[in-house]
Amino acid sequence: MSSHSDPSAPLQGGPTKSTERKLKRESRTQLVAFVLMIFMTSLAFVSIGSDAIPNGFAIPFILMLAGIQVVLQLYFFMHMNEKGTAWINIMIWSGMFVAALTVGALMFLLGIVKY
Amino acid sequence: MSYANAQSKNVIWDWLTTVDHKKIGILYLAGGAFFFALGGLEAILMRIQLMFPEFTFVQAQTFNELLTMHGTTMIFLAAMPLLFGFMNFVIPLQIGARDVAFPFLNALGFWLFLFGGLLLNVSWFATGAPDAGWTAYVPLSSMSPGQGLDYYVLGLQVSGLGTLIAGINFLVTIINMRAPGMSMMRMPLFTWSSFVASMLILFAFPALTIGLLLLMLERLFGATYFAVDFGGNVIIWQHLFWIFGHPEVYILILPAFGIFSEVLATFSKKRLFGYSAMVFATLIIGFLGFMVWAHHMFTVGMGPVANAIFAVATMAIAVPTGIKIFNWLLTLWGGRIQFTTANLFALGFIPSFVMGGVTGVMLATSAANYQFHDTYFVVAHFHYVIIGGVVFGLFSGAFYWWPKMFGYRLNEMLGKWFFWLFLIGFHLTFFVQHFLGLIGMPRRVASYLGGQGLDEMNFISTIGAFLMTIAFILLLVNIFTSTKNRENVADPWDGRTLEWTTPTPVPEYNFAQTPLVRELDPFWHEKYEGDGKMKAAEPLGDIHMPNGTILPIIMAAGLTVASFGFIYHIHPLTISGLAITFGAMFVRSVKEDHGHHIPVEEIKRDLGGGKNG
Repeated sequence: MSSHSDPSAPLQGGPTKSTERKLKRESRTQLVAFVLMIFMTSLAFVSIGSDAIPNGFAIPFILMLAGIQVVLQLYFFMHMNEKGTAWINIMIWSGMFVAALTVGALMFLLGIVKY
Repeated sequence: MSYANAQSKNVIWDWLTTVDHKKIGILYLAGGAFFFALGGLEAILMRIQLMFPEFTFVQAQTFNELLTMHGTTMIFLAAMPLLFGFMNFVIPLQIGARDVAFPFLNALGFWLFLFGGLLLNVSWFATGAPDAGWTAYVPLSSMSPGQGLDYYVLGLQVSGLGTLIAGINFLVTIINMRAPGMSMMRMPLFTWSSFVASMLILFAFPALTIGLLLLMLERLFGATYFAVDFGGNVIIWQHLFWIFGHPEVYILILPAFGIFSEVLATFSKKRLFGYSAMVFATLIIGFLGFMVWAHHMFTVGMGPVANAIFAVATMAIAVPTGIKIFNWLLTLWGGRIQFTTANLFALGFIPSFVMGGVTGVMLATSAANYQFHDTYFVVAHFHYVIIGGVVFGLFSGAFYWWPKMFGYRLNEMLGKWFFWLFLIGFHLTFFVQHFLGLIGMPRRVASYLGGQGLDEMNFISTIGAFLMTIAFILLLVNIFTSTKNRENVADPWDGRTLEWTTPTPVPEYNFAQTPLVRELDPFWHEKYEGDGKMKAAEPLGDIHMPNGTILPIIMAAGLTVASFGFIYHIHPLTISGLAITFGAMFVRSVKEDHGHHIPVEEIKRDLGGGKNG
């Protein structure tokens, strides 16, 4: 933000040892997470394709998988676990919380059965 | 980076292109005041019609249009913009920022609100205003003949977009633009409550957008979401509307609560009692505001379990609200209370709002609600909370911040006349309506039969409405005749927060040097612990400011043109309107605009000569 730095100046030198270690760790995490995502997506496809899951439970099951995957992607790929993301976490989770409660209540209220 | 100050030559052009939060705040106030007067006019016409039984002052159809437009105008086009006016002007000053996070979006939000509001009111001159109540329940609204409801849908869609933009803008501003030392728990309560209200806007307005979109598809494109013969469900609209509508009333009241917290602390010469409890209560109210929408629908037939859950959740809101009320009382307790007009409104608010809150708990009793529903009891309740809460807050804030905003003090004598007339008129109007409702006068009726015990109370109610009208005229007189009170406007009330540290008129950059905040109520702290001046958090230097731009108004105008195309099914008009908007967005995206710098010499000149007070 300060006017004393020149953002267009060319970078010089290499990353420090600790940065290199961090990047290595980071790339390993990314790779593992990516494999995990592939696994979960295939799990969803396979479970439906092979009739391994009973019909009544199929939709909740893949929705559950989808939910888990979204959260994992937010933290692994969207870097929501790093420093400086506190507000992002707060807003996303409170939004999800309100939305989940609202949708749940609506399913309960708009049904045919009256409780 | 240019040093060319992009000040234009022409005053009107300057206001049309402004991205300065202070000017946008004043624009919001002006627009909101215009619509407030319009909504008041609609109200007084309705009260005249109800003055006598079977009176024929206006037609029944006109009455329906009046009541719909009164509700819609007062909520969307008066109360919210007026609050946004104060938020825009005050929040950046209170957190020690030079501007909001997105100045361009700020201007866009204002112009969208204004054009949406004007679009809505064009309907009076077209085929007739919307006539299905401000809640526009389907199927009444989806079947309503003429174009009135189309105006309602598109006008609210456009101005709602502006509101959503403004809400997001304040969220980001408060999170990112705070001065050094201004932690979340040192923020003034007005900023805090506006922050929570902005969160509510962020989560609630999408529901309204979707509801209006469904209604638009239903009315203009023959969809059947709400048509029962085609498997639709009319209750969906009520749920979507109230999922937005209930948070909406908290969006209105929370900033007003914030204003009262500022005013009561300032005029008691004490720090706010229980600051952290106040913040906590605000957050809890914000959360509970989302969890109670179905209490508007107790008589729909949701079933006893659902009704009971929502009844209990609604009553729970009384707890954090009670915490706030007692904190205000304890702020006053032992303080050196000054009875200025601003403080009178804050003091009048406490009992008035509590009365509205008590009837709210009565209405939340779902069994009793079968008796209250759609009677004047409900009308009395929400006018008590909205006028006794929000409107009193707006008047209090107006008298409190007027010197800072406009550079002159409003006349206290006239102000007190205005307060007492308004208070008495307000209670006269709405107190009797509780009893009108209890003996069975329904809401939204254009007339009633004589000899049923309704005549006298309706007459009294109308007299009260006249008193409020006279009071409002006194306020207008006050605004135009007080312009000579130009001394002591920088810090007239011995203020506690950062907005009073700036000179009046506030320079474009707000603070020559960003202040360093060391305590809650930072200005008070520096006055009584320091040397009376804020410590600076940075050296004096050039200040970077955004350039003004005409694009926001073009974008808003484009959407308005497109709305007319939708209403009258003129596809070329729709396409050209959207083309204007997207064209303006394209220009905004590709045209580089780095803003300008205010050179340090100019700031030093301001510091040398621009101080008064």
